[in-house]
Order: sequence, then structure tokens, then C-alpha cells
Amino acid sequence: MTAEVAVLGAGMHPWGKWGRGFAEYGTAAARAALADAGLNWRDVGSIVGADTVRGGYPGHVAGATFAKALGWQGARVASVYAACASGAQAIATARAQILAGLADVVLVVGADAAPKGFFRPAGGDRPDDPDWLRFRLLGATNPAYFGLYARRRMALHGDTPEDFALVKVKNAALGALNPYARYRKRVTAEEVAASAVVADPLRLLDICATSDGGAALVLCSLDFARRHGAARPVRIRAVSTVTPRFPSTVLDLPDIATDSAAAVEPPGETFRASIARTAYEEAGIGPEDLSLAEVYDLSTALELQWYEDLGLCGKGEGAKLLREGETAPGGRIPVNTSGGLASFGEAVPAQAIAQVCELTWQLRNAAGDRQIPGARVGITANQGLFGHGSSVIVVR
Amino acid sequence: MSRTRTPAVSGWFTGEGDRFRLLGTRCSSCASVFFPREDGHCRNPHCAGGALEEVPLSRKGRIWSYTDSRYRPPSPYVSDPELPWEPYALIAVELESERIVVLGQAVPGVTVTDLTVGMEVEVVPGVLDEDAETTWTTWHWRPTGVTA
Repeated sequence: MTAEVAVLGAGMHPWGKWGRGFAEYGTAAARAALADAGLNWRDVGSIVGADTVRGGYPGHVAGATFAKALGWQGARVASVYAACASGAQAIATARAQILAGLADVVLVVGADAAPKGFFRPAGGDRPDDPDWLRFRLLGATNPAYFGLYARRRMALHGDTPEDFALVKVKNAALGALNPYARYRKRVTAEEVAASAVVADPLRLLDICATSDGGAALVLCSLDFARRHGAARPVRIRAVSTVTPRFPSTVLDLPDIATDSAAAVEPPGETFRASIARTAYEEAGIGPEDLSLAEVYDLSTALELQWYEDLGLCGKGEGAKLLREGETAPGGRIPVNTSGGLASFGEAVPAQAIAQVCELTWQLRNAAGDRQIPGARVGITANQGLFGHGSSVIVVR
Repeated sequence: MSRTRTPAVSGWFTGEGDRFRLLGTRCSSCASVFFPREDGHCRNPHCAGGALEEVPLSRKGRIWSYTDSRYRPPSPYVSDPELPWEPYALIAVELESERIVVLGQAVPGVTVTDLTVGMEVEVVPGVLDEDAETTWTTWHWRPTGVTA
């Protein structure tokens, strides 16, 4: 087992379409996390920003942008870009600094002001960029890939659009209880079925929206936490940031084709499954030890896929686990108690951090109406573009 | 004025009619196949790296999955905003001998209701878009036996 770091503070800016700059959301989240930790910004030895990037050039560089907004105080700084895994890689960077003794207290911040509609590459001809190519040649948006996965599940496992809708119903009911969520209304299966098809078989309410939002964490060494009076802090026990293994045979964002398995047999597990397995190995626990999970429900169907990749059930049994209520509050392993991306929408660099905020509040028994009684161990999982994925295990 | 037919991306496909083929590259050392073509170095981490030779990919394969695009995709996809949006299907196709899955648009007129996972399709030349001087060509997947 590796050494642990403590989560001393967690904070968010409410998600939505607020029409302001990302620095404002991130700074608000950072101040909330510092207040939650009972620390002053001047106590922070290092700040790590999760970057937002449009078209390969970030404009603002997140770490320094937040540090300036909070007031230059000489802290060590780093910025991380890894698409949807940016937040988790920012956490990984902070953890490494703490474990290496480079800093006692690290502030991790991610925030975004997302454009309306589909994510897209910036302008200009960039035919060496696979993300640009998939739009130029195929018009293949992110929901198109989610549609491919959903249809594949229907063909392989017999999932139905009604199963997918139940994921939205579950997550919307939880989001209705979360003051930080963008959507705070319960949704019925009929409403999902009545929404427009975006990428067959997925409908508008099967797919997460783009949003503004921010999330932040104050991480520190266990020694510092003890000196600060936190005898039993929530702790991060594992951060997995693995890449796929060749040949990666599941078509993934933003690729036009998979690797070929002509020369080498594919690994026994998919990339998504390897992300979770690595986290379990690092934490020295297994899926049977989990109290809850926060997974990337970019689409309803993708949440079912994560159940299997996290080992919550066998292959092809995701929809069954859902139908039996096991992933809802009161079930064996509640998933997306925050309301998930279904209720938050995507604010790319913030969302992997927001997942850890939710686990922190749940493990502190401070999640209000959506509290899972006796929550002790939680996992997050996400996946971004270009072979980025990550998973964080948090324990109490 | 007649338009010039130009591939929307160079070096990825060749030929007309029945001789149309996607082009990949194959490592002379380990036989891994790459599409889109890899001309730098073999990406198999178990391979020391051989010469990468251009190879035509199989014409036919089976549908791994499919979907469609009911909303107009953003740029750099090119479409005429003056015209109503016509959804097109996207098909991911598994090529048996290369053991690779390749995504592409379906031929115009084929919709998701015409498709099933496992169905055989073949690659055919297609048109991505046209401007005043140029017809930009691409590849399309078409269920075998469909001639439209």
C-alpha cells in the first residue's frame, strides 16, 4: 500500500451557465475549499491548476491564473492538461509533491466556462490532429462515440433504451438533492423517451450537457492534518493515471480507428477496466470494499459500462445491477450520489475534482439529504481524450 | 466549370469504383497494421520496429457498432447552414484479417434502421463536400448487396 494524503478541504462553485470567466469559478471554489479546511491561502505551499484547453492552446494557464486571483504569495505552481482526466492528474501531481516532501499543503483547482453545444476543436486547418480530423472527415462529435458504445451494449448484452433512461432517472433524483448541481429537477423515464434523438440510440436526456463550474481540494500530509487538529481526516489512498495497452481494440475518442490486433493479442482487459484495477491494486482493496462510486456518466449507457469496468458486477450485467436498484441509495453500491454529470454537465477540468469533493463529503457524513449511511470507501472513475483516464480511491 | 476531385485527406485511400481501397501501413517486422497510416515508427511496444509499408485494407468487414448525427456537427465539419440538416449514419467496421475497427460515414440514403451489428459492409468512394472548385472525396461504408 502506498502512503496516503489527507483531504482537508473541499469546495465548489455551483455549476450552470453563468456567463462568467473560469478564473472566477475556480477562485470561488478555492476559497470555499480553504475555508472548509480552516486554512488561509498564505498557508498553502503549492497550487496545482487543472487546465482548460480549446484547440491546443490554453490561453490562460490555470495554476498561475488561480494563484494570481487569490493573491501572489510565492507558492510553488503547476498546471496540468489531460482532457477529462485533468482534475485527477492535478490531484496526482499534488499528492506526489506531498509524498515527496516538497509541500505540506497543496491547493488543487479546476474550473471551466464551457461553450454551448458540442465540444469542438478550434479553427484552422490542423490535419495532424486526430481530434480535428474526426470532425472534419466524419463530423463525429463526442455523443457519436457514446451512441456507438450504447448500440454495441444493446447488441452484445441486450440493454434497452429503457435501461439507459433509468440511469438518468436515478441520477436526476440525486442531483435534485445537491445544491451545487446545475439540474435540480427529477426526471421521468417518459421525459427521457420524449427527448430528441442526438446520436441513435441516445437522446438528449441520455447525454450530459456542457456547463460552467469549478471545484477545489486542499490536500496535505497526514502529519500536517494531525497538527491541524484533524485526527481522522478523509484520505486519498490511490490515484490511477494509466494509459491503454497496445493493441487498444475499443474505438475511443477521438480516434477514427482502433489499434490492429493482427500482430499482438489484445490485453485481457479493456483500457477502462485497467484504470480501476490499477487503483484497486494501489489501494490494496477490491470492489467489494466500496461504499459508493462516482463515475463519468457522459452518457447513461456509459455509466452501465463503468459498473462492469469497476468490477461492481460481471460483464454484461450492468443493466441488471441498475434494475435491481443496487446502484441507487439503499442499494449495495450507490453510484453518482452527487447526481453525476447528468446533473452537473461537463466543466472539463473541474469534474474529476468534483467527484473527489462528493466522496469527501460522503465519507465525512456531511452529504445532507443524499448521504449514504456509514460510507467508508469511495472510488471515482473518468476517461478523457487521447488515452487519458483516471481513478481515485478515497477512504475514511 | 467542372470541379477537381481531391481526397479530403491525402494518402488514406485510392482508386475508383470496385478498386477503391482504404490505405494503411504494415510493419515489416511484426505485421501490425495502422490506419490512419503510421509512417514514423511501429507503435507496437513489443516490436523493435521495421519498415512501414503501404497496404490496402480489406474491402469488406462487419459492423462493430453504428449511430447517427441528428444535429449538425460543428466545424471543421463542412455543411451548408442554408440547407436543412440531413442526418447521416456513422458505422464502425471490424476488418477481419487486419483485426482493426475503422469508423466512417454510411453511404447517403442508408439510415440506422437499415443496419445491425454484425452486418457485412464494404468500403466505397464517397463525397464529403464540394465547393466552387473542388469535390472533396472520402470513404463510405455500404451494406453489401445495396447498390444505391
